[in-house]
Amino acid sequence: MQRVGVFICWCGTNISNTVNIDEVMTAVENMPGVAYSKDYQYMCSEIGQNLVKDTIKEHNLNRIVVASCSPRMHESTFRKAAEAAGLNPYLLEIANIREHCSWVHKDKEAATQKAISLTRAAVAKAILNDELIPGEVGVERRALVIGGGIAGIQTALDIADAGYEVDLVEKTPSIGGKMAQLDKTFPTLDCSACILTPKMVDASMSSKINLYTYSEVEEVSGFVGNFEVAIRQKARSVDMEKCTGCGICLAKCPIKTALSEFEEGLSNRPAIYTPFPQAVPNVPVIDRETCMKFRTGRCGVCEKVCPTKAVDYDQKDQILNKKYGAIIVTTGYDLIDLDYFGEYQYMDHPDVITGLEFERLVNAAGPTGGKLIRPSDKKKPKKVVFIQCVGSRDKSDRGKSYCSKICCMYTAKHAMLLKDKYPDSEAYVFYIDVRTAGKGFEEFQRRAVENYGVNYIKGMVGKIFPTNNKLQVNGVDSLSGEILQIDADMVVLAAATKAKPEADDVARMLSISTDSDSFFSEAHPKLRPVETHCAGIYLAGACQGPKDIPETVAQASAAAVKAIGVLSKSKLVNNPCVSEVDKSICSGCLACADMCPYEAISEKIVEEKANGKIVGRRVAEVNETLCQGCGGCTVTCRPGAIDLKGFSNKQILAEVDAICR
Amino acid sequence: MSREKITPDITQKETVKISEISEENILDCLQCSKCTAGCPAIHGMDILPHQVIRLLQLGQVDKLLNSETIWSCASCFTCASRCPRDVDISKLMEALRLMVIRVKGSNKLKVEKIPKLLQKNMPQQGIVSGFRKYVK
Repeated sequence: MQRVGVFICWCGTNISNTVNIDEVMTAVENMPGVAYSKDYQYMCSEIGQNLVKDTIKEHNLNRIVVASCSPRMHESTFRKAAEAAGLNPYLLEIANIREHCSWVHKDKEAATQKAISLTRAAVAKAILNDELIPGEVGVERRALVIGGGIAGIQTALDIADAGYEVDLVEKTPSIGGKMAQLDKTFPTLDCSACILTPKMVDASMSSKINLYTYSEVEEVSGFVGNFEVAIRQKARSVDMEKCTGCGICLAKCPIKTALSEFEEGLSNRPAIYTPFPQAVPNVPVIDRETCMKFRTGRCGVCEKVCPTKAVDYDQKDQILNKKYGAIIVTTGYDLIDLDYFGEYQYMDHPDVITGLEFERLVNAAGPTGGKLIRPSDKKKPKKVVFIQCVGSRDKSDRGKSYCSKICCMYTAKHAMLLKDKYPDSEAYVFYIDVRTAGKGFEEFQRRAVENYGVNYIKGMVGKIFPTNNKLQVNGVDSLSGEILQIDADMVVLAAATKAKPEADDVARMLSISTDSDSFFSEAHPKLRPVETHCAGIYLAGACQGPKDIPETVAQASAAAVKAIGVLSKSKLVNNPCVSEVDKSICSGCLACADMCPYEAISEKIVEEKANGKIVGRRVAEVNETLCQGCGGCTVTCRPGAIDLKGFSNKQILAEVDAICR
Repeated sequence: MSREKITPDITQKETVKISEISEENILDCLQCSKCTAGCPAIHGMDILPHQVIRLLQLGQVDKLLNSETIWSCASCFTCASRCPRDVDISKLMEALRLMVIRVKGSNKLKVEKIPKLLQKNMPQQGIVSGFRKYVK
């Protein structure tokens, strides 16, 4: 005999303002199986939880229904309370009368009826609930970090610091990411390389961190605590063990026509190259597309000049199969393509550059040795126009609807760097709004205006006309209504940030979700900002949304802590709500196995007696550690042999019946 | 300049009418003024294109109906093609013009005046366009 206890929560006024609690209480008392019912203002409070615990014992309840908020919010709270009272936690059921009822309805009478229906359904299901015991699985105490920018480096360092092994996979030949390309960092103007390179070296020196540069993650399977990952180590054509990083091959390579990715195409690099002098590891790679040896078979200069015989043209891609307990995704961002912004002449004029190119032009290690000159004629620019929101806050097909967040600050920084280098130069910044929320940010931007005399113009640029060595910028000061024309020497565009083009593929590989702009989605925008919906996979940095360095580093450390939380456990508890095959009904068609996205179902031969003989019969079997409880197989199964524990067909039908009653 | 009491109201009759004719949402505009910056017909305008939308947002339709701006607009669609908010201002300008000329007897171009306006180097298509733009 099931004795159901029903607990109705007011959620302050969140539920009680829209749902008539008294009416629900009266209806609940008459529901079949209900032995006790009680309402309370805040059921999740300590008093409310104690109420649940005490009445379970007092009234000998063996099934519990809590009508309150979403199970995402407090199911675990009440399950713990039931467990504390000696009840199996899976005998408890939540009726969601807040998100599914009071929050989405205005009509109190209708909402009350819906709350009664939802509660009746939960009672009907609870009566059929079985005790479920979760299993345990071991944890692979090693983390994988995908992406070697500042986010990935910081995460790896923090996890290593806690004593766990970390593999850091980076697609390009060196770690460092976008931050390595920057000159100075706002709002304190410390040199980017000076604060980043020590961290890069720490990462390479740490005995706990393995760097896999020039490598990509190719396949991910498994689940939290036990991810199985295939990593492709691309052929570097240089032996990492033998190479000393002397750089002779770089100097002697006769092909120097490839555009340097690190220098944003502002200079050339040889076919055998390291992205930048402080690269970690300081081992070059051969770009096989450009290299003459690979294209024509002739040359081989690098092999001849290498003093340690490290160059190896026969190297092949290698696939490493490794296991991890947790994965942190830190794949970063890109700038949008400016092909569609023809009015700014970016594609047609060398003196119209992006903010990232400006960083390289002012950098002492950049293509000009830190001399800020126009790319076209190598002359000093006297008048520079900065244009913000190029593609940001742009709902049209050309841009991105969000604010890129970093541009207001880096534009102020660029204008000050220009004024520092050439005090007699003029800087104009066209902006829509200046957004400087952040510690020390507003003061930084005001310094550009008040101390440096940077001309901020609220307005936009219509079009740029290249004329006689100048760029004629046609714009407007929207506050005064003055139409402006500026004969600029150089124009710097604050191009919008965007998710990496391969972000969607990465998301698919990891079974995590992205938003409409292909940024990875966090599990909760406020309360779970570094977790994904997939247990054991975490996010950090600009792959989750536009972000500056301080925020990225903070998020990286947060993600590291979450990963350490998994790695520090010797066992993880399984979700017991997994599929179960009734082998006596199973026809062995294995349609379920084809459907299963987690490869949790396989074939099994059971022996049984038929006409006095023992014969083998093919049936499906579920691997409970791999099953994620999605329920896909239960609807695929033609004979109806598969049930999802905790969500059986019988239970679901009982709910539907109760709602239709 | 006197202080006017303005109660922005986008549900008022004229604003709703303009939204209906143009099928544009004036609230999409965040006043970046890109339209003004690129407008080639700016010289004959007393109210700048971005101010046109701002006045619409403030419910100041009368000022716009009496402006030079709506007649100076060349309907070249430069503003529309560059607007980061996907607002087609040229359609709003057209809607404002229609608000004026749909009132009986308010045709901007009077037939009897045409011979005087004609110039030797003006293509005949100009007359057709003029009728389209200035006459109900």
